[in-house]
Amino acid sequence: MSDQVLPADAAPAAPRSGRRRGGDWLLVLRQNGSLLFAIALFALLYLGYHLAHPRGFTTQVLVQNANEAFTLAMVAMAQTIPVLLGGLDLSVGAVMTMVNCIASHLVIGSPGQIALGILACLASGALAGFVNGCVVVYGRIPPIIATLATAAIAIGVALLLRPTPGGKLDEDLNWAMTNSVADFAETFGLADGGKAPWLAPVAWLPVPVVLLVLVVVLVWLPFRRTVTGRTIYAIGSSESAAYMSGLPLNRAKIAAFTLAGFFAGVGGLFLAIQTSSGNADLPQAGAYTLNSIASVVIGGTSLVGGSGGPVGSIFGTLVLRVISFGFRVFDIPPLLQPLFEGLVLLAAVSLGAARALRVRNTLDLFR
Amino acid sequence: MPDPIADPFLTLSGVTKRYGGVRALEGVDFACSRGKIHAILGENGAGKSTLIKIMSGVVAPDEGVMRVERREVSFASPAEANGAGVVCIFQELSLLPDLSVADNICVSTPPRRFGLIDKGAQRRRAEELLAAIGCEDVNPRSRVRDLPLSRRQMVEIAKALGKNPKLLILDEATSALTSADVERVYDVLGRLRRQDVAILYISHRMHEIEALADVASVFRNGRHIETFAKGARSNAAIVQMMIGREISSQYPPKPERPRPAPMLEVRGLSWEGRLRDISLDVGAGEIVGLGGLDGQGQKELLLALFGVLRGVKGEIRVGGKAVSPRSPADAKAADVGIALVPEDRKTEGLMLPMTVAENLAAASLGRFASGPFIDRKAEDIAVGEAIRELQIKVGSPEDPVWTLSGGNQQKVVIAKWLMTKPRVILLNDPTRGIDVGTKQEIYRLLRRMADEGAAILFYSTDYDELIGCCDRVAILYDGAVVRELEGAAITETAIVASSLNIDAEAPAHV
Repeated sequence: MSDQVLPADAAPAAPRSGRRRGGDWLLVLRQNGSLLFAIALFALLYLGYHLAHPRGFTTQVLVQNANEAFTLAMVAMAQTIPVLLGGLDLSVGAVMTMVNCIASHLVIGSPGQIALGILACLASGALAGFVNGCVVVYGRIPPIIATLATAAIAIGVALLLRPTPGGKLDEDLNWAMTNSVADFAETFGLADGGKAPWLAPVAWLPVPVVLLVLVVVLVWLPFRRTVTGRTIYAIGSSESAAYMSGLPLNRAKIAAFTLAGFFAGVGGLFLAIQTSSGNADLPQAGAYTLNSIASVVIGGTSLVGGSGGPVGSIFGTLVLRVISFGFRVFDIPPLLQPLFEGLVLLAAVSLGAARALRVRNTLDLFR
Repeated sequence: MPDPIADPFLTLSGVTKRYGGVRALEGVDFACSRGKIHAILGENGAGKSTLIKIMSGVVAPDEGVMRVERREVSFASPAEANGAGVVCIFQELSLLPDLSVADNICVSTPPRRFGLIDKGAQRRRAEELLAAIGCEDVNPRSRVRDLPLSRRQMVEIAKALGKNPKLLILDEATSALTSADVERVYDVLGRLRRQDVAILYISHRMHEIEALADVASVFRNGRHIETFAKGARSNAAIVQMMIGREISSQYPPKPERPRPAPMLEVRGLSWEGRLRDISLDVGAGEIVGLGGLDGQGQKELLLALFGVLRGVKGEIRVGGKAVSPRSPADAKAADVGIALVPEDRKTEGLMLPMTVAENLAAASLGRFASGPFIDRKAEDIAVGEAIRELQIKVGSPEDPVWTLSGGNQQKVVIAKWLMTKPRVILLNDPTRGIDVGTKQEIYRLLRRMADEGAAILFYSTDYDELIGCCDRVAILYDGAVVRELEGAAITETAIVASSLNIDAEAPAHV
């Protein structure tokens, strides 16, 4: 092992001093500057929103907001993974829509049927992503074109499944997933109908928020710590260096798109549960895709890849959504909403572009 | 003389590698053994980098056999070479800029727990390896992007050591290091030698080789010339081995005359530690060569004069008037009149899908404008003239430029800049990858431009060209001009010796 290159007479590495630990914290903060910026921006805007809202700081408002933000947050997470590779996935909105339509057929009936239906939805999202990955890797087609094509296919499948909006999902599930944790527990008779004392600290949380945290903690954070996850960052950072380091490039690319499809599928499933129906809505799919890119950028992920992550994109989504919430409480004409969202996006992108001012060899700007 | 390579670790037999029609390596037999520091010497293009690319699995040889510990091997990727214990530290960094130092050091085989990367163990391993090379000051959590170049290079070395090499290859690994770090690397190499690691060391710094090597091999024109033990050859003999070819007379005659008044004057030019206090004159009608080994600041000097670099200190005068171009657009403006034929014609020189005519006119569109529109007739006339004058072989000026041969493409790049009527012409290795006939045309063209009064500054990696074409040659080393050669003093021996920053007449050390 490493002893071979370590000198016999070398002292073992000195433990880091306390000063260094403090320095490490600063370093970690600085390295996550753009994520912190997105969090701070969201916190500021959301605080203002609650202060202005007549029923601010209530679970009721929180639940409503969470329901409106969850699907886009999932689609934005989905978009983040291909962006980390240095690509764009134009199919995330379409895959979300397709799974939405699948769910409107399958998520109903006995608990067993519902569970199977949910599994089928998540699997079809992941499968759509897997197909994207294979087209990109084995077809050697740039992601933006490959996913433009597969997006159309996914919308086609959605239209076959739901020529007109409709369908029906389990009502209990609809109620439980789109309200507070206490309501969830009550619906399914868990934790003494939601009255158990140990549940009290989180009982007020909206279920979508809990779900989002679970997806991040159970799926994204472990994945990031795999060799495959690390390779995704490596490819976006410098694909040639990643190759020279002997990393599994193809596996990582396919995994990236598969995970993106899975996340988009979670979003589509939730939208179906929330609206209790399926809708093969082409403009809506496009809007979700574009907003997902905006969320990724506001959340601090570099469009050339290599840095950032889905957690930032969640906050990017929240910033976008809180702007639209604000239009209701501040009584601004809703027609101005796209204009405001555009300005926020532009401001966020400008922050990232400030790096160009430090470049000393202007040729580097084009490499 | 006893064979300097006994019981080899890695051997090459009859290895040949071609790129297109160019032979990079030709029937090379080579061996290196464990517990020795083995220096590889050779000019630019001698085949050194192809040699190590083959050993480290980056490219496969066309012919020949490679053996590691007597077993025949063929590496399909750098990872396979690493598996066999062959680890290379490349000149172009192989680090991932957005990942942390610890991530980078452990990137190939990270320590894992329950299938997931163990960040703590990874950090400890990075700390150990960094400590082993005396770099305790590098925080394993830092992003590589945020480290200065010299620290990145040390991280690269730590990463290589982490793979437990049996054969460690260093390609110019110390060129970016501070002198304190160089000392540390020497210590590490000495220690590895005692631990019976084979070390191949490529460096252009002769004193480093004198200090470190046990064995040296000289390459020239893709061939292995000789391998000898330390002290067996004098510096002069080594330089002669590196040159060893005849100079053909394919160059136009140089005018005999007193040095003309300067057109381009450079005083105290410095940039980011890569250019150090460069002062240089180029007279109207003069061709001045930039020599030296690759990467000693020649390209940066040309870019600085052309307004591409920011934060350049020093003074630039053209025709006696101080100028400070802040962009290529500034530099080509009529009152400055600088043109640059760039390094890479496919990316910086040409817009490949556009037509020959569009490419030719691209730098001088202002001359053909009438109001906001381009005067197509004036453009056509000028384009036609340029094609005739440089004898560019085209079917039609409306053909896409990528349909031309390499030599004709390069003529388009040069013609494009001549159409701006420049007073100063900068050229960055303009004959690389071009056939001999076109090369000769370019040499004659350069001489004609000079005779018409242009000042020409010409960087070439080919010493032949510098000798044949240039009235004077400035040799750069480590970002500074170390020597200026003029007239009969421009000899291959003088250029090679100055490039290595040694005195070829000095007594032997190696």
